[in-house]
Amino acid sequence: MSQDVAVVIEHLGGKIADIVFEMLGTGRELATSTGGKLLAVAAGQGLAPLAKELGAADAVLLCQGAGLEPYTPDAHQQALAAVLTARAPRITLVGNTSIGMDLGAGLAAALGWPLVAYCRGARLEGGTLVATSQIYGGKLLAEAAVAGEHAIVSMLAGSSPAEAGRAAGASAVEEIAVPAGGPRRVRFRRLIQPAAGDVDITREGVLVSVGRGLQSKDNLPVVEELARALGGTVSASRPIVDQGWLPKTRQVGKSGMTVKPKLYVAVGISGAPEHLEGMRGAELIVAVNTDANAPIFTVAHYGVVGDLFDVLPPLTEKIKASA
Amino acid sequence: MDIVVPIKMVPDLVEELEIDSEGRDLDRSSLKLRISEWDEQAVEEALLLRDKHGARVTVIALDTGDVDETLFTCLAKGADRAIKLLGGEAAQGSSRATASVLAKALKGIPHDLVLTGVQAVDDRDGQVAVFLAEALGLPHVSVVSGVEPAGPNAVVARQEYAGGVMAEFEVDLPCVLGIQAAREAPRYAPVSRVRQAMKTLKLEAAAAAAPDAGAGSTVRRLAKPDAGGRAEILEGSPEEVAEKLYAILKGKGLVKS
Repeated sequence: MSQDVAVVIEHLGGKIADIVFEMLGTGRELATSTGGKLLAVAAGQGLAPLAKELGAADAVLLCQGAGLEPYTPDAHQQALAAVLTARAPRITLVGNTSIGMDLGAGLAAALGWPLVAYCRGARLEGGTLVATSQIYGGKLLAEAAVAGEHAIVSMLAGSSPAEAGRAAGASAVEEIAVPAGGPRRVRFRRLIQPAAGDVDITREGVLVSVGRGLQSKDNLPVVEELARALGGTVSASRPIVDQGWLPKTRQVGKSGMTVKPKLYVAVGISGAPEHLEGMRGAELIVAVNTDANAPIFTVAHYGVVGDLFDVLPPLTEKIKASA
Repeated sequence: MDIVVPIKMVPDLVEELEIDSEGRDLDRSSLKLRISEWDEQAVEEALLLRDKHGARVTVIALDTGDVDETLFTCLAKGADRAIKLLGGEAAQGSSRATASVLAKALKGIPHDLVLTGVQAVDDRDGQVAVFLAEALGLPHVSVVSGVEPAGPNAVVARQEYAGGVMAEFEVDLPCVLGIQAAREAPRYAPVSRVRQAMKTLKLEAAAAAAPDAGAGSTVRRLAKPDAGGRAEILEGSPEEVAEKLYAILKGKGLVKS
């Protein structure tokens, strides 16, 4: 066992995911506590240019081979398991992303290490790793003490500033041999880009975003009228899109779009971490929700605890009347 | 094709969550439970596959609160079998332990394709789908929306990434897929049909094996995030609140004056 801290470097199409830089910042703090090195660990092919962006790490460990590009869950898990087995870091950080969900639990199972998921933070107390998970849709924080000599921690996006982990420069790069694998049971076929929508919500200055509180598709005009009065567009959280009430191109959040409008009005959106990830960078956030404990109020600047059907119409009228 | 859908009951987040006196767990005495919303999506995807291509759909769950009604609802929606695993309390609260119990149960249940929710609101130690796949030695893909057969021995699964991008994978059967969303909104079973299912159909029961894995971590404090958070809460009647919001937006130049 080492006292090192490893960060799994997620990348897609030659670009490192933003969450990696957040985790390098968190990883550096942890490595300072453990007294170990900060390792950036990546599987893929043609990774040399990416390694140059990982100057925040003390060492970059690359497992490269033709079968590792593009990403597939089984090949990457096997490669990363080989690296982690060889280096035996004290703590390994993965992002709570689609790929991180494959790899976090997959590596934890393959290596027999504990996994703590949906973490906002992790620290060492004495020799014990303490990790804080944000669960129940972001409504509660669970602080847990992790047993054992190794652990995997999956980090939520937005847990720490990415600037802390952004450093160019030459970390020592080490190549790790690709482990021999059997036939691949998961094969990459193609990448599908999103269909162009009627509007590009990432370019809108004002978004009125609606969630489960809408209750029915028939209620959409209440939200559309406020958006129109504000000169903006309607966007939505995941459940509205899954119901088919608005197209996928309007979805804000983890698997949808990341938006940074001047004004983001969140109505009937509780604010699960997956949604907050996509809109916390908005300049001004106003939230309307019936639940005073809704996590959306932890990121909003102004909040109204109330029913959107009571609150929106008078606001829309007021704006229209003064235009 | 045999499709197995493990589901689990989780606290309904519409209700207020209370923390117990020890401060380490929810106060479960008054907790209202519901099917995990991602599991509901997995059930729908299984039924859509069955409707289009033919398959036998088996829903399986640990015997936790209110699970009977949820399993009967699955039968009313069209699932072919519903199995509850009795005595699996030791696995509750840990995805890894739950997966280990399910893996043992699946040894005796035909499964070409296992679909389950990609996550649940309470899976603090990770996701059941991946742990289950690893325990069964099967390939897995997480955050899947959209599954189609690809010949007799494989399926095509679409994994969602940020920005609406998706990767399409061909996955050998048997496999485990963590479902994010079904291709259509979950179907609704009217109460009358659920009642009918309760009268005419039977749940199967089997003993849950002891879990041979656990979370490996212990919650020492469960708490609500900082009270109040960042938002300045605007009080008053809807008209008063509208006035205040209008003034704020006007002050920021976000509405015409």
